[in-house]
Order: sequence, then structure tokens, then C-alpha cells
Amino acid sequence: MSQTETRYTKPLPVMHGLTQEFYDWCRQGELRFQRCSECGTWRHVPREMCAECGSFRWDWDRSSGRGTIFTWTVVARALHPAFKESVPYAPVVIEMEEGVRVLSEVVDCSPDELEIGMPVEVAFELVTPEVTLPKFRRARAKNA
Amino acid sequence: MSAGRRESSATPVAGVSLKDRACIVGIGETEYCRAPGSGLSLLALQLQAAVRAIEDAGLSANEIDGLMPFPNLGSAEGFAANLGTQNLRYAATIHTGGAAPVASLQAAASVVTMGIAKHVLIPAGWNGYSGFRVHKTVADQTFALPGGEIARDYYLPCGLTAPPQWYALMARRHMHEFGTKPEQLGCIAVTMRKHAQLNPKAVMCGKPLSLEDYMASPMLADPYRVFDCCIETDGAAAVVVTTVERARDLKKKPVYIMGTASGQPYPADELTNRKDILDTGLTSAAPEAFAMAGVSPRDVDFAEIYDCFTFEVLQQLEEVGFCKRGEGGAFVEGGRIELGGELPVNTHGGLLSEAHVLGMNHIVEATRQLRGEAEQRQVKDAQIGLVTGWGDFGDGGVAILRR
Repeated sequence: MSQTETRYTKPLPVMHGLTQEFYDWCRQGELRFQRCSECGTWRHVPREMCAECGSFRWDWDRSSGRGTIFTWTVVARALHPAFKESVPYAPVVIEMEEGVRVLSEVVDCSPDELEIGMPVEVAFELVTPEVTLPKFRRARAKNA
Repeated sequence: MSAGRRESSATPVAGVSLKDRACIVGIGETEYCRAPGSGLSLLALQLQAAVRAIEDAGLSANEIDGLMPFPNLGSAEGFAANLGTQNLRYAATIHTGGAAPVASLQAAASVVTMGIAKHVLIPAGWNGYSGFRVHKTVADQTFALPGGEIARDYYLPCGLTAPPQWYALMARRHMHEFGTKPEQLGCIAVTMRKHAQLNPKAVMCGKPLSLEDYMASPMLADPYRVFDCCIETDGAAAVVVTTVERARDLKKKPVYIMGTASGQPYPADELTNRKDILDTGLTSAAPEAFAMAGVSPRDVDFAEIYDCFTFEVLQQLEEVGFCKRGEGGAFVEGGRIELGGELPVNTHGGLLSEAHVLGMNHIVEATRQLRGEAEQRQVKDAQIGLVTGWGDFGDGGVAILRR
């Protein structure tokens, strides 16, 4: 464990139920979303049942990890003490190839380089021994 | 079979229309202030507004038999005990954040129409400056976030922690799709401030704002600058609702609820995965309210739009139908939403420049306009006014009122 991991002070997801399952896959280096076993609809955030067809049957199916930037904001003044040192930073909504959208961050882009439609791919960030967050980076050429 | 889709047009849902069945008969407000604060407890603040609204209606506290407190109040029982309301028949709280006051107006109209209670009191308010501070939403662990665990487990870790950041995601999308400009958001901030100069109660009265001031103000959550955000204030407001029949015997000229509806975007608890990210509760509620009222947006003389942030005004003007989706930027320009313009918006200065009273001040102002009591900011010959509420991740309430 590196020193940065032990010093991580930002809010973390609370591990429970389906949320724990989602983040456990991230910890294994796999971005997976729920997908309905009946109608095949992908969904995120995790839900108990399929809102499209009503089925309670689903699997954690693996995402391609690729998507494009859908929208973002640049936080210039932190409204939470844990992010005070991080400004300016940009929470970014990524639209995945599967159709679901994920709120995250593009780690290798400064906020003024972000563009709607920019291709990105998942890049996991181990923030504590228990939690790995799905972050994103510019898509490599082979994925473009 | 596929689950139900959101309906895009007005569909009657009720057997009993609420059109012209209930009236606002009393309005009350405390002083609105920032530093040093109201000096009153949350309860005392709301009680003060309530007492004034009951007095304005010409009623006694004991004649109030319905109570719809804002979610922050806690207990209707305690409120009634303080007020001296001994015959409470009905008490309920609607949990849609800033949409709750208008949604409560809708519920109160149905409660009095069905004879469940005779006089319903709706108080709302907070020590938004000296007590709980919105801009620190999540730092305060006692506050329940919209979306609850979703916001905690999927938004907070990314630094999406407070309302201007949530809605900035929508504002940027609108700018991308329709070319909406920062100056157009600025135009909304400047107009609200201009109206506040005509309202001695407004916290920003005496503090004019130019478009240059706006453009020079620091960025908070791009595209939102500091002046795109509502102000944080202490204050409370309240209204009393009763039936048309009872309203005739009361002190003040009644203001009729012509049409009212509430709605939620889908999914309401998560704002990034909506098929249409600009979809709001008003998108479905507004056509229903207009259908009930039997009027169209063209018939509306003024609008009090829940203005937590500038873009939400633009967005609601579109979703209500005052202009088409994407045309809001041009609509707010050229003085159209100013007093004397085609559709004066937030004649009191709104949450941006009067005070943040959770939108209850919008209902109070609309009532005042329709009574002809708005003094130097009176909309000439105002017959029909529209009020919206916006809460959580875009829940909506709308009421079309007439004199």
C-alpha cells in the first residue's frame, strides 16, 4: 500500500448490496453493468429489476469500457471540504457504448481539454485497499 | 410488454377536476435577511409567517384544520400545538424539495375540494443563511440528498456534491445542443436583480447588477458563475387555501387555482441516465395544468419560476411551453421577461434576488400580483399568473392562478 492510498480523504461509496457488487468488479479490473436476462437492456446505476420489461433476472455483463463524453461541469470552487485541494476539477458524464451513462472523471485531460463526444476508455483507480473507482482516459488510437 | 413510457401530452388523470374549486385566501411572510440572521428558530420563523397568513385571510388559528409543512419542519403536531390549532383534520408533507410548496398547493386544493379539511395552511422557510447552508449540502451529514444512496455512492466520490454542480451538467448539454450563451443566463440574473430593485423586501434591493458584473463574477461550477446561483437567506412564507365558497366570505379578494399538476422526470432519483437529460417534472405536468385550466401559455400575464439557478429558469420556460425547447436563450433576451415585457418573470426578484424561501415566496408574489397589491412592480391588469416549483433532481410542480 502506498502512502497516497492511506491518505485518501475524499468520500467513498458505502459498500452494500448491488453497489458493493459493482465496485467489487471494478476492484478486479472489470467494468460491468447489470444487463437484463430477459430483454437484454443494460442499466446503471444498479437496480433490483428491469424497468423496461419487469424482469428480476439479470447478469453483470462486461462493458467494452469505451464511451464518449456526454457532459461535464468544472468545479472552480469546492462545495465539499474534501475537494478543496482538487479545484479546478471536472465531474464528467460518460456515455458508454452499451448506452448507459457513468459519472466519473477523465484523468489525463485538464478541464479545458474536455469536449462533448470525445472518445474515452476506462482506467481504474485504486484509491484504498477496499475501493477501486472507474475513471476514464482519452481513448487509445486502436479504439478510435 | 414494455413498461409505461412518460406521456408527452396532457392526459386527464382525475375524475374530479380541480379547476376553480379552491382559492388562496391568505399570504404571510417574515422579513427576509442574511447577516446576522433571523434570530428565530426554524419553528418560530415559520410560525411567524403562518400567523400573518392566517390574519391576512381573516381567520383564527383554530379555524385551520389542514396543515402541510415543508419537509424540514419535522412535526405537524408540534407546529399545530404552538399555533393553537386544536381541530387538525389533515396533515401531510410532500417530499419533492423545492417543488413541495407548489405540489402542496395542489394537494391542498384537492383536500378542500373533497371536504377533507376546510382551511389548509402551507408554511415553508428556513434559516438558509444563519443556519443550514445549501452550498455546503453534503458536508452536513444530516441532510438527505435527493437520490439518497445513489448520490452518496456514485456522485460524491466524483466530487459532484451540490446542486449547482448537478444542474450544470444539464446546462452544458443545453448549450451544446442549442448554442445557448452565457450572456443569456446572465440576462436572467440581471432581470431578477432589476425586479428586486422595485421590492423593498428583497435582500438584493439597493444592489443592482449589470451584465458586465455578471460576466466578471467568479466561476463556481462551469457554466454557473456565482451570480447564476440563488442567494442564501433566512425567512419564511405561508399561504392559506380554502374552497371557492368559503373564500367569498373572507377578508381578501380570493385568487383562484385554475389548473395545477405535479410531475417527476424519469428516473427521478438519478439525473445522468435519463433518456432525455433535459426532461423535467414540468415536461409532463405543465400540459396537464394548462388542460385543466383551459388556457394556454399565451394567456399567462406573468410567471414566477423557481429560480434556484439561472438555467433552471430558461429550462422551465421551455418545458412549460412559453417557448420551444432550445429557444429559451433567445426568449429571455430583449426585455421579454422584464416588467413591462411580454412575460414578466419573477416580479419580486425570485430566489436569485429577493430571498430563497423555497419557492413559497413565488406563490405569495403571484397572489399579490393577482390581488393588485404589488405596488410599484404591479403587472398591469394581471389576470392570470403561473407559478412553478423545482426540486431535487428536477421534480416539478405548476399552478395556474387567476384573479
